[in-house]
Amino acid sequence: MKFDRPSNISRTRQSYGFIAKQWLVLLIAMLTMFGLNAPSVAQLRVDISGTGAQQYPVAIADFSGEPAGKQIAEVIRADLTRSGQFRMINTTGSALTVDTPIAYDEWRGKGADFIAYGTVLRGSDGRYEVKYRLGDTVKKGQLDGVAFTGTEKELRRIAHQIADRIYEKITGIKGVFATRIAYVLKQGPTYELQIADADGQNPQVALRSREPIISPAWSPDGSRLAYVSFESGKPVVYVHQLATSKRLPVANYKGNNSAPAWSPDGNTLAVVLTRDGLSQIYVVNATDGSGLRRITRSPLIDTEPTFSPDGRSIYFTSDRSGSPQVYQVGLDGGEPRRVTFNGGYNISPRISPDGKTLLTVTRRDGTFRVASLNLATGSENLLTEGRDDQSPSFAPNGMQVLYAAVQGGRSVLAGVSSDGRVRQTLSVLNGEIREPTWGPFSQ
Amino acid sequence: MSRIAKALSIAALAATLAACSSVNLDDKAGANGTGSADGSGILDPFNPNSILAKQKSVYFDFGSYTVSEQYRTIVETHGKYLVSAPQQRVVIEGNTDARGGSEYNLALGQRRAEAVRRMLTLIGVSDTQVETISFGKEKPKALGDTDADYAENRRADFNYKR
Repeated sequence: MKFDRPSNISRTRQSYGFIAKQWLVLLIAMLTMFGLNAPSVAQLRVDISGTGAQQYPVAIADFSGEPAGKQIAEVIRADLTRSGQFRMINTTGSALTVDTPIAYDEWRGKGADFIAYGTVLRGSDGRYEVKYRLGDTVKKGQLDGVAFTGTEKELRRIAHQIADRIYEKITGIKGVFATRIAYVLKQGPTYELQIADADGQNPQVALRSREPIISPAWSPDGSRLAYVSFESGKPVVYVHQLATSKRLPVANYKGNNSAPAWSPDGNTLAVVLTRDGLSQIYVVNATDGSGLRRITRSPLIDTEPTFSPDGRSIYFTSDRSGSPQVYQVGLDGGEPRRVTFNGGYNISPRISPDGKTLLTVTRRDGTFRVASLNLATGSENLLTEGRDDQSPSFAPNGMQVLYAAVQGGRSVLAGVSSDGRVRQTLSVLNGEIREPTWGPFSQ
Repeated sequence: MSRIAKALSIAALAATLAACSSVNLDDKAGANGTGSADGSGILDPFNPNSILAKQKSVYFDFGSYTVSEQYRTIVETHGKYLVSAPQQRVVIEGNTDARGGSEYNLALGQRRAEAVRRMLTLIGVSDTQVETISFGKEKPKALGDTDADYAENRRADFNYKR
């Protein structure tokens, strides 16, 4: 049993050594990009409620090698628990290393279908090596075995990567724990566009302003953010290169410029302009704002475009029927098709990665809630129960939804599983979180 | 021409225009006459005593995007001034209350600003003088969440550019 697949370990070690180098480059780039490199003062507290329809019982043993081994296991447990799809089996006193032969029957007796364990070693150069294995107690065999290397600062990220592997090996769905989110933090008169890990930790400031910032949108490769900044006295759409901090106004016409949305290939931005009267949808070239082309033509409001996953159509909000509803239109024009019919206020459309589910913010009994609409059947599920839930976005695997909720009179970051069963809030101790949006899979 | 002389001649022009239309007795915008001692009759948006500086907001009912009767005179006064000062540019800034999504409110604020612009166009103000923008719900004047706060924020403002 001991090192039953040593070749696997060494092979993956090599490949992950390469990726660790990429991370280092990214880290340096991030330090450069944030200019002042001011760590945010915001601290997050996580609250979780509800349980998933199906919960896999897993044991995540503390990795050997104090204190980092214990911290890594804690990050993995927190990630898996937040998804609502896992139940943690007690591992107290297990004292496993990555080389310990696993007594599968014993762990199965404790109720665990899976057991993850590992070892953290600090090398003489100060870098860490993290080795992990995942065992299946039913099939009595190893499902995964990988080694990572990185600096102390990268240990959290490595833990998220391990959680992603465990999640994917067990559920068959790609994990999103190592992805990032963007949101606007308002503290007093200051607006900060922040980027944080998917668990809300490690927030970094990409832009600080005395004027509002809204509608951040990730490029499909995660290298750029488009957003609306009021810094020039009115809404203008910028594209911001995260690695270099270079930013460019890509839509700055007479009137308002807002609601940027990326095409799936990252080449085109849909934007909303009022240069010809009321809000209408246009597309521009994402790199320099050239090639302006109008997509919708209505006498009233068309706004909040979002591309379908195939990139051939746009979902958007329009009040052409007298109340705001979601429509779909092909990029080649044609007559828009109305998509939402429940209630008199459905805005902020977001389509799931598989194109089958539409999220909206819907007004019901004076409250704003996130609704999930099955596009094939038309069946609707109200995912949230807040008073003013706004700005929903899907995780890149479609399993979770991030949104802004109001709690105790303040805007906080909130998450809900796509089936509505598990909710979590990430409370900021200082300031208001607005306009959250979930980034793509890391590349 | 000095700034004051210019402003006075514009005030006289506005008074002439006002005389041609029927005006309510309690109509603040039209009833101040010319050359009042406090300067409120001076049509100069950069003079804090001028009616153009004092009355630069148009308020809207909940869910409404048309200029109500109550505020038509204010828009007309600004419109007549702009006709008389064809070089003067103005930005109409629309706002909404805090309820609902950021982007949809941005679009609704624009509808309010556009309603004001359309009135100005009818009066004869050139399109090149007017830009309409919206702050949506992002820059509220009243920060509370009472009905009075919401009403204060459903507004379009004249913001003159020097």
